[in-house]
Amino acid sequence: MARTGLPPHGTPPDRIRNFCIIAHIDHGKSTLADRMLQLTGVVDGRAMRAQYLDRMDIERERGITIKSQAVRMPWEHDGVTYALNMIDTPGHVDFTYEVSRSLAACEGAVLLVDAAQGIEAQTLANLYLAMENDLAIIPVLNKIDLPAAQPQKYAAELAGLIGCEPEDCLQVSGKTGEGVEALIAEIVRQVPHPIGDPTAPARAMIFDSVYDTYRGVVTYVRVIDGDLNPRERILMMSTKVTHELLEIGVSSPEPEPSKGLGVGEVGYLITGVKDVRQSRVGDTVTNASKPAKESLGGYRDPKPMVFSGLYPIDGSDYPDLRDALDRLKLNDAALAFEPETSAALGFGFRCGFLGLLHLEIVRERLEREFGLDLISTQPTVVYEVTLEDKRVVTVTNPSEYPDGKISEVREPVVRATILAPSEFIGAIMELCQGKRGALRGMDYLSEDRVEMRYTLPLAEIVYDFFDQLKSRTRGYASLDYEPDGDQVADLVKVDILLQGEQVDAFSSIVHKDKAYGYGVLMAGKLRKLIPRQQFEVPIQAAIGSRIIARETIRAIRKDVLAKCYGGDITRKRKLLEKQKEGKKRMKMVGRVEVPQEAFIAALSSDPTDQKNK
Amino acid sequence: MPSELPDGDPAPPSGRLPESALAGLGTRPFGVYLHVPFCRVRCGYCDFNTYALPELGEGSAGQVGGFVDELLRELDLAAGVLSQGPHHPPPVHTVFIGGGTPTLLPAADLVRLVAGIRRRWGLAEGAEVTTEANPDTVTAAGMTALAEGGVTRVSLGMQSAVPHVLDTLERTHDPAAVARAVAAARGAGLQVSLDLIYGTPGESLEDWRRSLDTALALEVDHVSAYALVVEAGTRLAAQVRRGQVAAPDDDDEAAKYELADAILTAAGLQWYEVSNWARTPHDRCRHNVGYWQGADWWGAGPGAHSHVGGVRWWNVKHPTAYAARLAAGHSPAAAREVLTDDQRRDERVLLGVRLVDGLPLDTGPLAGTGQVAGLIADGLVDGPAAIGERQLRLTLRGRLLADTVVRRLLG
Ligand SMILES: Nc1nc2c(ncn2[C@@H]2O[C@H](COP(=O)(O)OP(=O)(O)O)[C@@H](O)[C@H]2O)c(=O)[nH]1
Ligand SMILES: C[S@@+](CC[C@H](N)C(=O)[O-])C[C@H]1O[C@@H](n2cnc3c(N)ncnc32)[C@H](O)[C@@H]1O
Ligand code: SF4
Ligand SMILES: [Mg+2]
Repeated sequence: MARTGLPPHGTPPDRIRNFCIIAHIDHGKSTLADRMLQLTGVVDGRAMRAQYLDRMDIERERGITIKSQAVRMPWEHDGVTYALNMIDTPGHVDFTYEVSRSLAACEGAVLLVDAAQGIEAQTLANLYLAMENDLAIIPVLNKIDLPAAQPQKYAAELAGLIGCEPEDCLQVSGKTGEGVEALIAEIVRQVPHPIGDPTAPARAMIFDSVYDTYRGVVTYVRVIDGDLNPRERILMMSTKVTHELLEIGVSSPEPEPSKGLGVGEVGYLITGVKDVRQSRVGDTVTNASKPAKESLGGYRDPKPMVFSGLYPIDGSDYPDLRDALDRLKLNDAALAFEPETSAALGFGFRCGFLGLLHLEIVRERLEREFGLDLISTQPTVVYEVTLEDKRVVTVTNPSEYPDGKISEVREPVVRATILAPSEFIGAIMELCQGKRGALRGMDYLSEDRVEMRYTLPLAEIVYDFFDQLKSRTRGYASLDYEPDGDQVADLVKVDILLQGEQVDAFSSIVHKDKAYGYGVLMAGKLRKLIPRQQFEVPIQAAIGSRIIARETIRAIRKDVLAKCYGGDITRKRKLLEKQKEGKKRMKMVGRVEVPQEAFIAALSSDPTDQKNK
Repeated sequence: MPSELPDGDPAPPSGRLPESALAGLGTRPFGVYLHVPFCRVRCGYCDFNTYALPELGEGSAGQVGGFVDELLRELDLAAGVLSQGPHHPPPVHTVFIGGGTPTLLPAADLVRLVAGIRRRWGLAEGAEVTTEANPDTVTAAGMTALAEGGVTRVSLGMQSAVPHVLDTLERTHDPAAVARAVAAARGAGLQVSLDLIYGTPGESLEDWRRSLDTALALEVDHVSAYALVVEAGTRLAAQVRRGQVAAPDDDDEAAKYELADAILTAAGLQWYEVSNWARTPHDRCRHNVGYWQGADWWGAGPGAHSHVGGVRWWNVKHPTAYAARLAAGHSPAAAREVLTDDQRRDERVLLGVRLVDGLPLDTGPLAGTGQVAGLIADGLVDGPAAIGERQLRLTLRGRLLADTVVRRLLG
């Protein structure tokens, strides 16, 4: 540990080490980061909350890191003081772009693998990204204190993967702290120091941008060339907006203002902007007075991949939902939304997300932080529909699916990587085949573990792929995927009709071969969920005007309390009051009363739940 | 397990009622309900506030013995509460002794109760005095003693004439006991009503027909037919949950209701409330009609419910807690509610639509409702009665969907 750290702005690049930790969820990244904070003395034992860096509630609860953070830690090695910048990356594929920006801010990566689990799909995905960014990779086996740890076996697996010797893999326990000092020493030794031109106009890459109620947007940057100084004006190169730098500093891990940031340094900027869109991940920051000629490149507009309608269960919450979405948007450049009306669900918003996890996180935050009760419609992907008259329609909602003659529909596909014990190869192939997947390759990672690579329609992943994969492999398989363009597909829109009235919330775009299955499933589900009415209610699934499935809800014959209840009128009245309340939560589809719960149950069965991933 | 009491506001220990409730007391029909919370054994489907004698444990005989005195003590309290200032209840129009099994008490005890009511308030001319009775607790001598003591009517828990149905219901009597009990009651000059339950798991339509025929063969003038309700916390509910017996089926119960109405009507009994049929208006249970028309009544006994002038209250449930309250000189009320105008309106609709006369369309809670045409169109409300008499009256289909009708009227 170094008693006093090097002051930011005056740190020579050769004393800086920028690194990140790449790990599959639960392999111990946050715990290891905590140990490092303690060992380097930036957080003392008392102030140490478990997993200090995971700040958001949902993150803490679910053990996932959504927003990356950077911490500057001092370290003394062979009598020389270094500044280590640890950049915590989000672990999930929905945030691949953010991961890639965080990686681009580093020169090295600790590849952390649970010594009782081995490599998983997410580790692989992030490792590929790290290698693309030419990072030095330090392979580390974690949790060696566990009785079930098999460091030899997994060291061999790791070595095979990155082309090193098994003995090059470090062994640590984030829990006990064993091996962590040695790891830090290796980071100093193996991670190259940053190189940049101190005299050039400043160029700093934004790798994270976070909205804070008190300080407005806090922007995390890695300086490549030049330097940034307090109170100067800065320019965002993609948006061409200039801001005054109100504060500049480093996190250790609490924010500490500094005299500036120089080449190779990592820190934060505060400009007083209130919306993360004005300070976008991937953008290049430069001096407004002497701007750089060229940006660092690599900036990409976040592009929603999955869409879903969000509706308040209580219609009067609509304005609150709008306000809440506005608030979330301040901190989430990737969240897109616009008002939408559904005949069945009322007023709501069509929202675009990076993926299912993103959807789930947003929904959960809306419910938890803003106290909203929501229904979300089945997630859909973005289709490009070309009509015979050559018009092209982009469909993010089944209701936008054109009625006219269609010549071609394109759907997004992903490259998926699945890692699993080899005994499940058959089951996985069967699943992927059923999901219209194409096998692109398969490799054995070790004797009994395989990596299978597939091209799969994103829509299938969004539907229920992950749950199926987990259940067919008894939880052993892991999945990672990234966008891989689109393909032509034979798709149709299936509508669900109640008593002849189309229920927009249940329309779905599905592959032709699955239309019948979807129709039967939905009709059957609704028959069970919708209470019997005074009249018979036919439920139909249709493609255009062609009925493909049909169920009937028989008319109710008895709805009366025909029991002796003596003088206890209160109980009977309270029952009525409850029923009246229930009726308020009914949505009318034509003359059919559909309880809110039926919508929720029918819509929520699509497991958007990827929290175990 | 007896069912839960509703939530309400605290009731004052004195039992005092607001002035607003007492206003007009003398001008409305007034009834007394007496609750006897004891049974020999608890039937598997029953969630009434009753305790099987063994459940009450040691000394229960003493408790049962002193019970009538406790009821009389509550009637003393009632007499005080109802005679505040200028107010005074009229002579009692109806008395209903219910349970549990009132006839577990010696006839002399029930007679003391009737005498106690007469002494405090007097009985109106032609008052109806009903007691519930389980068939196997009825004797000719007991019935005679009751009749001499002022009881005019007995309601017998027949439930079914079919042995396997009685078994499933865990009833202790056999079919023959009902005939004997009816004969004993009639011999004593009492009006007789039979309670039937339909929809018991395993009961066929033919079984049900047999129960109805058997009841009618006994030439009674009043029948109550109740659809079996699986109440939470009962043994029956546990059996259904475990899959040991099938849950009652609404369609089956609807068919059985229709059958009951057809058979009873053909035999000359007319429905006057969703679950009740009587030969003539004189044979209706006036006490129960009072409940449905918003009359005043004082309910005495553990868990008993009362209503006076828009205030409803209910007593603590357990006999021991009940006795302790009275011994301390306090009202046994557990909680009460002062009905708001909206609640009174809801109740009038809720209860009123279930009666054969229904509700007026031009006055009262339904005045101005726009729902009637739709209800007629759907066959739930009698069109000619609505047009000709300006009365909302349920059709047979409407009776079976009475709760739907209420929701549509009040929705
Ligand atoms: N036994 C043991 N458990 C560990 C170790 N490191 C982390 N864990 C546990 O593994 C789980 C996941 O750790 P966490 O740091 O949240 O993983 P992350 O998802 O990669 O950030 C937690 O229950 C930790 O307590 C370790 O070295 N040994
Ligand atoms: C207050 S109970 C008690 C009467 C008397 N103890 C007896 O059982 O013969 C009045 C009537 O309610 C009916 N009843 C009780 N529990 C019921 C239930 N769970 N479902 C339908 N009817 C019920 C029975 O017909 C019973 O006769
Ligand atoms: S005898 Fe009557 S009150 Fe007693 S348990 Fe049976 S149904 Fe309930
Ligand atoms: Mg973590």
